[in-house]
Amino acid sequence: MKITVLVKQIPDPAVPGSLDPSTNTLRRAGKLIMDESDSYGIEMALQLVHAAGDGAVTVVSMAPNGEVSGLRTALAMGAASAVLVSDPALQGSDALTTATVLAAAIQRSGGADLVIAATESSDGYTGTVPEQIAEILGLPSITFARSVSIIDGTLAVNRQTEEGYDEVTCPLPALISVTAGVVEPRYPSFKGIMAAKAKQIETVTAAELGVGLVGWSGADQQITVVTKADARAAGEIIEDDGEAHLDIVRFLENLKVI
Amino acid sequence: MNIWVYAQSSNGAVTSTTLELVTKARSLGSVQAFVGGDGHAPAAILGEYGATKVYATGDLEGRLPGVAVAGAMHAVIQSGDQPDLILFPQSTEGRDVLARLSVKLGRTVLTNNVGIDIDGGSVSVTTAVFGGDVLVTTAFTGAAPFLAAFRPKSFAAEPAYGAPAEVVVAPIPDLGPTGTARVTAVHVEETSGPKLDEAAIVVSGGRGLGEAAKYEMVEQLAKLLKAAPGASRAIVDAGWVPYSYQVGQTGKVVKPLVYIACGISGATQHMVGMKGSKNIIAINKDKEAPIFGIADLGIVGDVHKVLPKLIEALGAR
Ligand SMILES: Cc1cc2nc3c(=O)[nH]c(=O)nc-3n(C[C@H](O)[C@H](O)[C@H](O)COP(=O)(O)OP(=O)(O)OC[C@H]3O[C@@H](n4cnc5c(N)ncnc54)[C@H](O)[C@@H]3O)c2cc1C
Ligand SMILES: Nc1ncnc2c1ncn2[C@@H]1O[C@H](COP(=O)(O)O)[C@@H](O)[C@H]1O
Repeated sequence: MKITVLVKQIPDPAVPGSLDPSTNTLRRAGKLIMDESDSYGIEMALQLVHAAGDGAVTVVSMAPNGEVSGLRTALAMGAASAVLVSDPALQGSDALTTATVLAAAIQRSGGADLVIAATESSDGYTGTVPEQIAEILGLPSITFARSVSIIDGTLAVNRQTEEGYDEVTCPLPALISVTAGVVEPRYPSFKGIMAAKAKQIETVTAAELGVGLVGWSGADQQITVVTKADARAAGEIIEDDGEAHLDIVRFLENLKVI
Repeated sequence: MNIWVYAQSSNGAVTSTTLELVTKARSLGSVQAFVGGDGHAPAAILGEYGATKVYATGDLEGRLPGVAVAGAMHAVIQSGDQPDLILFPQSTEGRDVLARLSVKLGRTVLTNNVGIDIDGGSVSVTTAVFGGDVLVTTAFTGAAPFLAAFRPKSFAAEPAYGAPAEVVVAPIPDLGPTGTARVTAVHVEETSGPKLDEAAIVVSGGRGLGEAAKYEMVEQLAKLLKAAPGASRAIVDAGWVPYSYQVGQTGKVVKPLVYIACGISGATQHMVGMKGSKNIIAINKDKEAPIFGIADLGIVGDVHKVLPKLIEALGAR
């Protein structure tokens, strides 16, 4: 069982975000970390490989400046190898270009029985990259998987829907996107962290993947205006002295909802 | 401008986000809707809101809508009916159709939008970032058709009292290996009481409730107020309540008259789902919690003390 997990490396979400005024895109300076949303896919992949009894997990990422710290985290969790696509020409890529690049990287590493992504990234949350990759690779896909098993070489997934969930089956090879909650990700052990240092990370450029028209030139979109939204005026803040529930009752009375 | 709307159904009825998009689209040009499934039932309401034609794939036979509808849309476009713009609801299904179609057409996508503007032939859309504090407008610069997805409640849905739309069959082409996933069972996790995205009052609980059993306080309060119970993602991921309760960026968008947040910190991803509420009440023991920045009434207090008293006071009325 060969499983490839997509791992996006993003600015630390704990640090407030800002827009780069020259390009009006999210600022991506500083060290990047693994998007926590992808830790669920890694854990899922490790468990599926374990259940299959053979195989390995490869992680694939596209990130600027040769960033590998998020990939090291994935390797420390137990992934066997990593591929990084890093190329200044990729700056400003839209979701379709990102998907094209990642699909080419998956193919270059020999393809996979299963490709796993998160349902959306924490910083960009376009939410289309996994399904775009499936279309490029000609794979069936199941998005929003909230439980995954492989029975006799066939995927069995509970797919989250707006009103509940669907049971979906699909032959391999395939692509899935997983929600947070599909599995509980493990923390890298000390041994895992040490082992990760010795694992190989292959770095490739867009040209080496044979992908043209990338970055700003490939993105058929341009940010034109950035404005501040109307702020909500802050209201009344009351410290509960044991009677604050009465303030809520009065508030609701004034609105005539009770 | 020739505009298509991907018309999504849920439990057999066209979704409210679809009707919002059809309403907006008819102010921008002529509207055709695209249905995954049978088109005759939705044709009446889609026509009422302004669509003149409904393309429908017919029964999906267990296929997932993403791959099936995108395939059918692509086939219609190749046969010569060229839309300038296709609008999608920002939903699991809308996203999947949009993504598959973008590859087939080689077009960029813009998602999570809350607004759209057309100036001559140029189309731009607006997204809200940083919890809704900043609005970013982006123009499509490539060739049509332009593909964009919109968050629920970005526009108001208003009927135009049009006649039922003409139904045209748009068969699903051979999808090869991409079409091999099959839905074998459908489970609906319905809540009792008003629907979360339609209720006049929403009472939501977060991690501050402490444990799953304490969510009962939220349900009791909701019942007394005839409100819908909601949740932050933290307690959905923890398995306390189903995903259908989730409010926020990756959950439902709500704009009730009153939103009551109990033990919710107010992360940007939660706020984008409820910031449009007319009145916001927050109960949180941390006076620095970001939720207080947008609350009309903020109670700095313990939910385990405030909620039981509130429930008792309302119950006694
Ligand atoms: C890509 C992405 C998408 C996301 N989408 C969503 C989404 O759709 N919806 C969503 O909600 N989140 C979403 N999140 C998660 C979001 O970032 C937060 O993690 C989440 O909203 C936090 O939930 P919470 O407020 O319940 O928990 P916490 O942030 O842990 O807050 C708990 C609050 O309870 C208070 N508290 C504790 N004890 C008490 C007490 N006894 N009485 C009163 N108050 C108490 C604390 O002071 C704290 O403020 C998303 C995150 C990502 C990365
Ligand atoms: N640059 C990237 N490198 C690796 N994986 C990515 C990248 N961009 C997107 N993905 C994957 O696709 C998912 C959805 O991303 P997005 O469509 O940008 O919201 C992410 O959660 C990742 O799993």
